[in-house]
Amino acid sequence: MSHLLELHDLEVKFALRTGDIIAIDGVDLTLDKGETLGLVGESGAGKSVTGFSIINLISKPGYISKGKIIFDGEVISSFSDEKMREIRGNKISMIFQDPMMTLNPVFTIGTQMIETLLAHKNISKSEATKIALEKLQKVQIPSPETRLDQYPHELSGGMRQRIIIAIALLTDPQIIIADEPTTALDVTIQAEIMDLLQELCETDHMSLILITHDLAVVSQVTEEIAVMYAGKIIESGATNEVISNPRHPYTKGLINSIPGSIKPGEKLQQIPGMMPTLSKIPPGCAFNPRCLEKIGICETNIPEPKKTDVGTMASCHLI
Amino acid sequence: MSTPILTIDNVVKHFDITGGFLDQIRFKNGKFKLEKTTVKAVNNVSLSINQGETLSVVGESGCGKSTLARVVMGLYAPNSGQILYSGKRIDNLSHKEMLPFRKKMQMIFQDPYASLNPRKTVQRTLEEPLRFHNPKMSSKKIYDKIEEIMEQVGVDPAWAKRFPHEFSGGQRQRISIARGLILDPELIVADEPVSALDVSIQAQILNLLMETGKKRRLTYLFITHDLSVVQHISTNVAVMYLGNLCELADSGTLFENPRHPYTKALLSAIPKIGETSEKHIKLKGEVPTPIHLPSGCVFHDRCVHANERCVNQIPELLTLDNGTCVACHAVEENRVIS
Ligand SMILES: Nc1ncnc2c1ncn2[C@@H]1O[C@H](COP(=O)(O)OP(=O)(O)OP(=O)(O)O)[C@@H](O)[C@H]1O
Ligand SMILES: Nc1ncnc2c1ncn2[C@@H]1O[C@H](COP(=O)(O)OP(=O)(O)OP(=O)(O)O)[C@@H](O)[C@H]1O
Ligand code: SF4
Ligand SMILES: [Mg+2]
Ligand SMILES: [Mg+2]
Repeated sequence: MSHLLELHDLEVKFALRTGDIIAIDGVDLTLDKGETLGLVGESGAGKSVTGFSIINLISKPGYISKGKIIFDGEVISSFSDEKMREIRGNKISMIFQDPMMTLNPVFTIGTQMIETLLAHKNISKSEATKIALEKLQKVQIPSPETRLDQYPHELSGGMRQRIIIAIALLTDPQIIIADEPTTALDVTIQAEIMDLLQELCETDHMSLILITHDLAVVSQVTEEIAVMYAGKIIESGATNEVISNPRHPYTKGLINSIPGSIKPGEKLQQIPGMMPTLSKIPPGCAFNPRCLEKIGICETNIPEPKKTDVGTMASCHLI
Repeated sequence: MSTPILTIDNVVKHFDITGGFLDQIRFKNGKFKLEKTTVKAVNNVSLSINQGETLSVVGESGCGKSTLARVVMGLYAPNSGQILYSGKRIDNLSHKEMLPFRKKMQMIFQDPYASLNPRKTVQRTLEEPLRFHNPKMSSKKIYDKIEEIMEQVGVDPAWAKRFPHEFSGGQRQRISIARGLILDPELIVADEPVSALDVSIQAQILNLLMETGKKRRLTYLFITHDLSVVQHISTNVAVMYLGNLCELADSGTLFENPRHPYTKALLSAIPKIGETSEKHIKLKGEVPTPIHLPSGCVFHDRCVHANERCVNQIPELLTLDNGTCVACHAVEENRVIS
């Protein structure tokens, strides 16, 4: 069976003056219709770059150096800019980590929503307004009509994030890539936004890639999970399985370092050291200098993804 | 009972954000009037901490946590109310009178990037406060102390000559903690010290704070919005909403049996790893601004239990049988099932 979205051995490089660095190193991922996938990992792991590469929006001097991305049966990674515009913001929408990448402070919400629609659909302005209102209702914005005339700075953070989701929904995309959609928001608002995204996936059979560093959020929202470390997916599978039976030492460490997994006041398990910078990835398993369970081979050989005893995939020599 | 090391007594802190004269003019009931715009950041908050305890202050963005921390540290003067340190009033002291207290109270800030001077080596960052507060200390003693403290926070003393930009976020936060500890303080006010860090690094820093806390019998006033962190490290927890204290309890009790409707909503929204999201309590409306505080209970327009009395009368903080302090009419009237 073919998937809605497939990433095959994706490699992304940044051509820096000091030489190329590999930011995404052989990533394989699949996403089905209606499926929710969480992409997690620490700062700099390559989550956002993976998201950007799907819609061909990697910032300069980055480029896809190997592998391919297939959407709905077509190899979109080799699409021209013009052809990609039919996909980006239309069939695949992205909610950016930085809200100001979506919202332009000098235009009203209405103008921004209508322009987006007119760019992708051959419809009249009044039809566009109707759709815009409908989407604002969908994200449960109180008094949507008045919002159309407001500017982004007149809205609270939570409200702004709902508008951004409404904009992402305008074209009825098949996939939404949400990059840290709630990181800047308070927990009560985060919970509401997550409910909303989950609901939309259920009712509209939309697929979701949720990018976040927050394992707890992912564990509540997504069915599948992929854990990234230094540009690679090091563990993936059904979310509840990976969370309750992590097999990669990094995933285990991440889960155990969250307060709440042990008794209050007890020493938290910590992962020593920090993630390497991309120009200094150690040989062998990139995690080996921080790994508490490493063996000799870890320092020399890169581990391949293997099926674990619980049916998930993990790239670790211990498996 | 012994005197608490820190007492926050009925503290009010408002900010006047009125612009120039023209900004103050309002037209009301057919008349022009001058009106000031004030942010009511902290309103009549009273709290105390005993030595060796950790009191966490939680609440959503803008509820006044950082402002309260700054009032405690003497960085803002309160509009009314007072701050006592071991029973002695300190909010009205002159700069000179305050010096001995500055040594005993240290603050750690959220942003490890902004809080360290980029032009100073780690050594200078740690050396200056030591020399300032101990003019007679020998250089040898100073360098020994710096080495000791760097080791304690897990930064290689060989790196003392490096600048902040040469360190990772987690290492920088360790250095700010080292700066906080170098004068052997008694009280540490930590404003979101781990919020900018990844979980694996966050765990390193929390362990460091808990260990040194135990070793030196430190007292912490801990400010954060991360409730799982709060649950892990606190003795007592204070919940704030719009500048007001709505609940105060020992940590175990608060998380097991939250009483205030806002605390209940807040706790129900925490994502927990490995648990499918149960239905969390949805709040009506949005957080009002602290410029126009709602009448009565500041939470009333978002609260499902609100009635006439809530709209008109400010609820007092009352102490329940289990020791929890809570400011809510519905709890007092037994309208909220605990
Ligand atoms: N324009 C760029 N030039 C050079 N390197 C870049 C560029 N954009 C990203 N990178 C590097 O690629 C790596 C992956 O970055 P990415 O933004 O995907 O991380 P992330 O997992 O999203 O982290 P965060 O949680 O901090 O958002 C990082 O090491 C980053 O420094
Ligand atoms: N110096 C100031 N001048 C004017 N208003 C201020 C000042 N400092 C804080 N405020 C206002 O006081 C209120 C409380 O701010 P404070 O920084 O204490 O909140 P907080 O609880 O620390 O929020 P966060 O979680 O976002 O850090 C906010 O409305 C803020 O805008
Ligand atoms: S006092 Fe009233 S409005 Fe305030 S929290 Fe209690 S029930 Fe709700
Ligand atoms: Mg990112
Ligand atoms: Mg603050």
